[in-house]
Amino acid sequence: MTQNPKIRIEHLDFYYGRLQALFDVSLNIASNEVTALIGPSGCGKSTFLRTLNRMNDIIPGIRVEGKVFVDGQNIYARNADIFTLRKRIGMVFQKSNPFPKSVFDNVVYGPRIHGVKDRRILEEICERSLVRAALWGEIKDRLNQSAMDLSGGQQQRLCIARALAVDPDILLMDEPASALDPRSTAHIEDLIGELRRDYTIVIVTHNMQQAARVSDVTAFFYEGRLIEVGITKNIFTKPTNKQTEDYITGRFG
Amino acid sequence: MKNRLTERGMYAFMRIITYFIVVVIGYILFDIFRGGIGAISWKFLTDSPRKSGAEGGIFPVIVGTLCLVLGTIAVALPLGMAAAIHLSEYATQGRLTRAIRLAIVTLAGIPSIVFGLFGLGLFVIFLGFKASILSGSLTLACMILPVIIVSSEEALKAVPRSFREASLALGASKWLTIRRNVLPYALPGMLTGSILGVGRAAGETAPILLTVAAFYLPKLPHSIFDQVMALPYHLYILSTQLPDVDAVRPMQYGTALVLIALVLGLNLAAIFLRIHFRKKYRW
Repeated sequence: MTQNPKIRIEHLDFYYGRLQALFDVSLNIASNEVTALIGPSGCGKSTFLRTLNRMNDIIPGIRVEGKVFVDGQNIYARNADIFTLRKRIGMVFQKSNPFPKSVFDNVVYGPRIHGVKDRRILEEICERSLVRAALWGEIKDRLNQSAMDLSGGQQQRLCIARALAVDPDILLMDEPASALDPRSTAHIEDLIGELRRDYTIVIVTHNMQQAARVSDVTAFFYEGRLIEVGITKNIFTKPTNKQTEDYITGRFG
Repeated sequence: MKNRLTERGMYAFMRIITYFIVVVIGYILFDIFRGGIGAISWKFLTDSPRKSGAEGGIFPVIVGTLCLVLGTIAVALPLGMAAAIHLSEYATQGRLTRAIRLAIVTLAGIPSIVFGLFGLGLFVIFLGFKASILSGSLTLACMILPVIIVSSEEALKAVPRSFREASLALGASKWLTIRRNVLPYALPGMLTGSILGVGRAAGETAPILLTVAAFYLPKLPHSIFDQVMALPYHLYILSTQLPDVDAVRPMQYGTALVLIALVLGLNLAAIFLRIHFRKKYRW
């Protein structure tokens, strides 16, 4: 499972100014698996997720210590290329945030940013990404419509398509279904199941049943520390740590 | 029961004040319109002034004001918008940015005659531009810079953070993100605020008094280093500097009417631009 981990986090400490949010986190994330990050509110799981594609860099005053290796390269090295990193690691946010442009312009925004100009290539990318995000059928005749006219579930799938359009290897999802109704949530979960074949997925969720349904590996965070990580089935049936067990059984959080 | 009366009383009071303001403005506009409409004619608008402005038209005066408006736009808009983008998107918020913002707000409160003297000292004399469209535009630009910066910053702040985040997460650089995903949506607000500022500049007398305005120059300008006549200053001359002030009363009203029409026109342009962009960049 962790022969050659896709992402290797070593002794990661994270500070918002003087407040430490992550304490000595070490974790391996394997390719083509879904890793779920669970834990109560404020435990640092979203902060941790965002260190993987350096999205925390846009917040002023943060400090990162430790190393994060993606495909063997430390992304926090001094001369690391953030833009290529963010191209290789896609992100889907909690509240879907499509741009107020057409569906087509949303999906091809990434490729355009990276220099693709040929209309035919863009159309191909658009179709391929929407197919992968299980949205093509519903939307193929409405590519020029504004993305703001779509339903919540469709918008989120559009955001997934948009992230896929730049051809990443890794997908980070921060509670992607928490703002959606049960049916759309089920769609997204099915989608994650299919995407795992081609992508490495890390998903933050506060919904334990979702973590159990969707992931191969689960990591439990509490107050900025990684408490336990293991195969999902084991975590949920026979956790080795008492705190994990308390959280899973609903004693807190 | 007492609450009800107070409630009604306050409501009526505020209503009366609002109507009063509208009535006063309406009366001023009506008076100018009534006094000036008689003087407006094709000849008035296209002829040059004669006898120091006592006779003839105000064509070069209108052209002068238009030149100044264009010059001010050319200087103030890019500078103001760039400053707003820097303050809002790039600068680390701290003591320095607080000081800058304080300076901008203070600048907004400085009397226009002080700007005129500043322009005289810096542009006309020190930099040697002499009394010219260039000096006048630069001075007016300084004067309206605070308005442009503040309204542009507001417009930029109104664009949701999620637009920027999603763009950055796709691997875009900060500038690309701003150019493609923030500016287009902030532009309507930026333009509207800016044009309103320019409208104010068009009607100012003190700054142009010392930096560009000519008493009597019935020729059209050939370059930005030329002096020009301008509507606000011309109105002042017609009202106070000519021997037979009563005889030129119609011309005073006519000039005032043209000036107000110009400013109104600019404001209307701002409204149209805002409506157009709002439709185009709906979010």
